[in-house]
Amino acid sequence: MSDNDFTGFAGISSPLTDRQPGPVSSIASSAVGVFTGFLDWFGNLGLFSWQVLKAAVTPPYEWSELIRQLDEVGSKSLPLVAMAGGAIGVVISLEARYSLTRFGAKSMFPATLVYSVIQVMGPVITGLVVSGRVGAGMGAELASMKVTEQIDAIEASAVNPYRLLAAPRILACILMLPLLTVATDGCALMTGWFAQAMVEPLSFSQFISSGFKGATFNGFLPQTFKTAVYGLIIGLIACFQGMRTRGGAAGVGRAATNSVVLASLFLILADVVLVKFILVFFN
Amino acid sequence: MATAYDNALKQGDAQQDSSVPVVAVGNLHKTFGIHTVLNGISLSVGRGETVAVLGRSGTGKSVLLRLIVGLERPDTGSVCIRGMDLAGLAIDQMGEIRKKMGFLFQSAALYDSLTVGGNVAFPLEHHRRKMTRTERDDRVRELLAEVGMEGNLDKMPSDISGGMQKRVGLARALALDPEILLLDEPTAGLDPISSGEIDELILKLQRERQMASIVVTHDLHSARTIANRLAILDRGKVVIEGSYEDLRKSEIGFVKEFLKQS
Repeated sequence: MSDNDFTGFAGISSPLTDRQPGPVSSIASSAVGVFTGFLDWFGNLGLFSWQVLKAAVTPPYEWSELIRQLDEVGSKSLPLVAMAGGAIGVVISLEARYSLTRFGAKSMFPATLVYSVIQVMGPVITGLVVSGRVGAGMGAELASMKVTEQIDAIEASAVNPYRLLAAPRILACILMLPLLTVATDGCALMTGWFAQAMVEPLSFSQFISSGFKGATFNGFLPQTFKTAVYGLIIGLIACFQGMRTRGGAAGVGRAATNSVVLASLFLILADVVLVKFILVFFN
Repeated sequence: MATAYDNALKQGDAQQDSSVPVVAVGNLHKTFGIHTVLNGISLSVGRGETVAVLGRSGTGKSVLLRLIVGLERPDTGSVCIRGMDLAGLAIDQMGEIRKKMGFLFQSAALYDSLTVGGNVAFPLEHHRRKMTRTERDDRVRELLAEVGMEGNLDKMPSDISGGMQKRVGLARALALDPEILLLDEPTAGLDPISSGEIDELILKLQRERQMASIVVTHDLHSARTIANRLAILDRGKVVIEGSYEDLRKSEIGFVKEFLKQS
């Protein structure tokens, strides 16, 4: 129903109300707008991904930029993920000891901590922390370059910006997320053990041998390496949001915020799929 | 290996050296949303020639340059470099064409994470990979000396003035010895003395390098100083093209008003 149809039906004929859409058509047009915006965003993301893939697999390769980004994503995120891991280890340790004691399963503490950290919390916490730090940083940096025409200047210099800017950043995220996850896991296990050892004597070797008893690579490696997919999501969305920015300083702010929000959201949604995938193919 | 551009260049030379314009845009249309920016613009520039494009703000002068360098795609019409139409060129082929163009952005668009020297070295690092570091550094110093910025190699773009940024942008645009120079408001936002210096610099470069240049500007005085021909845009079309004298003799109301106000 068009706007005119609606006003005709309502019997309103004043010039003022003729120009204003009714509530139903407003809601309908808003819904259509949101839906087309959604499709437009995904379509553009697909095209962007294809351009980045083409640029990434054809020479010349931007090795020096990749190394710089590995440092930016990896080394500079390490203290943050280590601290987050350390805090999570203490929290899980305290919660697990309390719950297990209530159910008379205190001996299960090391295994509970190891499985909780490595299979669930470590990857997700690492992904979210890196999404916050790296996603916002990349989104804002590229958005700032876009609005100040630096990306246009790169293109005008006959350099492919997908190859120079996007591909190394995304690849660095893919390569670094699993390594950072190992660091998060290690810190969480250390602090978790330490929090337990402060209450009851438990040697670290006892904790490790008991915690990893019966563990297999299939149980742990897929959980760690799935974070490469998180890295892909973080890098891709941050670069996409940054490189399509318009609108000056406000646009830069929006790009940074959207990068973090969308990367975090898609990371959690991807986790649902990845957990099911790992359960089906690796257990 | 000969590139598509080299082949076009040879073909152009074989036909008629001077009759093939270096840059030719024909019946170019460009619309953003519902706003028509260019509405059938045609313009050509030969070797060693400088054309100044003038007009009110928002008449599509900068868009014209962006279309020529391939940062935007036209809705209809053609952009030809040495007789080769840019429409439908692959990214790599477009890259070969862009290596022959130097583009000075209105904001200079220097890379803010690189030093002045790093900015000028950027095109050389990516397209003169066989150059040794010493050769590249020498070339960067030479280019900076050419634009009067030799003492500023290690400064960051944020530490130099707008006029100096334009000079560095010009040095970067010249790094690959372009045959085509596109200048977007080279004197905008500069004081009269700096504007005059930039004009002198452009004239000197034109004399020495014989490039085909298109200069987009609001500054009629600057346009008269550096250009062989002037073109005035209105509502996305060239309303008049010729020497300053031709413009002065024009009876077109918009042209008379534009010259009166400039």
